[in-house]
Amino acid sequence: MDLDELREAFAFFDGWEDKYRFVIDLGKDLPQLDDAHKTAANLVRGCQSQVWLLTELRGGRMRFAIDSDAQIVRGLIAIILTVFQDRTPDEIRAFDIEGLFAELELIKHLTPTRGNGLRSMVARIHQEAKRGAA
Amino acid sequence: MARSLDIGGDFPLLARRINGQPLTYLDSAATTQKPQAVIDAIRDYYERYNANVHRAAHVLADEATAALEDARAKVAALIGAGEARQIIFTRGTTEGINLAAACLTDRFGPGDEVLITEMEHHSNIVPWQLLCQRSGAALMACRVTPTGEIDLEDFHAKLGRHTKLVAVGHVSNALGTLNPVADLIDAANRQGALTLIDGAQAVQHVDVDVARLGCDFYAFSAHKLFGPTGIGALYGRADLLESLPPYQGGGEMIEHVSIERTTYNKLPYKFEAGTPNIAGAIGFGAAVDYLGGLPREALRDREAALVSEAIRHLKQVPGVRMVGEPSERVSVVSFLIDTGHPHDFGTLLDQQGIAVRTGHHCAMPLMERLGIPGTIRASFALYNSATDVERLVAGVEKALEFL
Repeated sequence: MDLDELREAFAFFDGWEDKYRFVIDLGKDLPQLDDAHKTAANLVRGCQSQVWLLTELRGGRMRFAIDSDAQIVRGLIAIILTVFQDRTPDEIRAFDIEGLFAELELIKHLTPTRGNGLRSMVARIHQEAKRGAA
Repeated sequence: MARSLDIGGDFPLLARRINGQPLTYLDSAATTQKPQAVIDAIRDYYERYNANVHRAAHVLADEATAALEDARAKVAALIGAGEARQIIFTRGTTEGINLAAACLTDRFGPGDEVLITEMEHHSNIVPWQLLCQRSGAALMACRVTPTGEIDLEDFHAKLGRHTKLVAVGHVSNALGTLNPVADLIDAANRQGALTLIDGAQAVQHVDVDVARLGCDFYAFSAHKLFGPTGIGALYGRADLLESLPPYQGGGEMIEHVSIERTTYNKLPYKFEAGTPNIAGAIGFGAAVDYLGGLPREALRDREAALVSEAIRHLKQVPGVRMVGEPSERVSVVSFLIDTGHPHDFGTLLDQQGIAVRTGHHCAMPLMERLGIPGTIRASFALYNSATDVERLVAGVEKALEFL
């Protein structure tokens, strides 16, 4: 799924139910991380749910493996990966992820009050992208 | 005429719609909503008699001071404190416990023990860890049973001649367990140990009489009692408070200052450095008045019935597992659903206008003891109704269609 397909899908949703079903389904398709990778070093802490993040820079592009213990968060991760996976650090840094979440009316999941670790995860991805770009 | 039990209309926020749905607010253990009377009292203070207290020679200051001290007297009466000077205004329960711990630190040393339980909110754990780190004392934690109650055998085994202080929550914020604090205080007193009760979750739901309990400290917050945030009370035994060093230095807490030395003000001002939260205290007093005007016993019976109804219905939903089944409980229903993470259910309930809390509820040692990452917590207040229970149960059933 690319960004256009994502936007198209969201344009068809009638209400919150369709949207969250779709997000949960996206989460089901997200590959799971091996327990061996769920280490303290890879953990992005959230008060309510946890996220594990692995990054790798190969051939100038960034690869991510990300997992969460919560289904909806996994779906939101899948959305983020739609625009971040296999991109260059500069592309990642230039992309307005908050703008996309606002457009999809999912922005509340990226606000600082949500203890789901997603915002910290995006911050960490930006950090890694900055390092990769340097 | 007797007041109706339908008090939801006193709380303007409860009329809000959330995500296009009526609001079912079941997060009162985090903070309660505020009645119009409390909002009006705070507004009235700022509009009519805002001034600093205890010093100026003008009418506004006199009125503000009288209102602040009036609030203190009301709070004292609410929990059965003999004298208003035994009530120290704090920022909330957390600061109250920190104040007690900080001021007691010098009395502790290696070989001394502080006894808490595994059920405590982090606010009743970390201040004692700090005390122990500074003094060399040891922190002991009494075990919690699988049903979410204090293991009394373990409590009595750990309470000994080295125990210098026992700090226990009156009601568990995560499970709603009503702890037998009177018995625990009794046992501690017999050992000569000091006692502090974290009353954050209790005061709205049970009658508290500190004189009868015989505790040395009792800490609670206004905002879990229909009052504003940023204000709370620490009750202390008068002679104990007199003998403690001050908490923070500054204005208000002094009697006389020279560069060489300072003599401190009398109780409670010795512990209230700086301009107090005057508006907060006035709102606190208004909340106590509001509570006093309610048919509290009938409302508590109704609340208890709603909690039982919620438990009964939720238990019938396939996949739902209750967390903690204490024999005495108030306000809180904690549960898990085996098909999804608490956070997922919290999000799907929120979409339906149902506000619950998910996570570890600032009680990580308790979650570890129970072997779970967290729970879904619905917490009731005196303003909830049968509709809220129906919407919660229907909301959970709806969320199950997704997960």
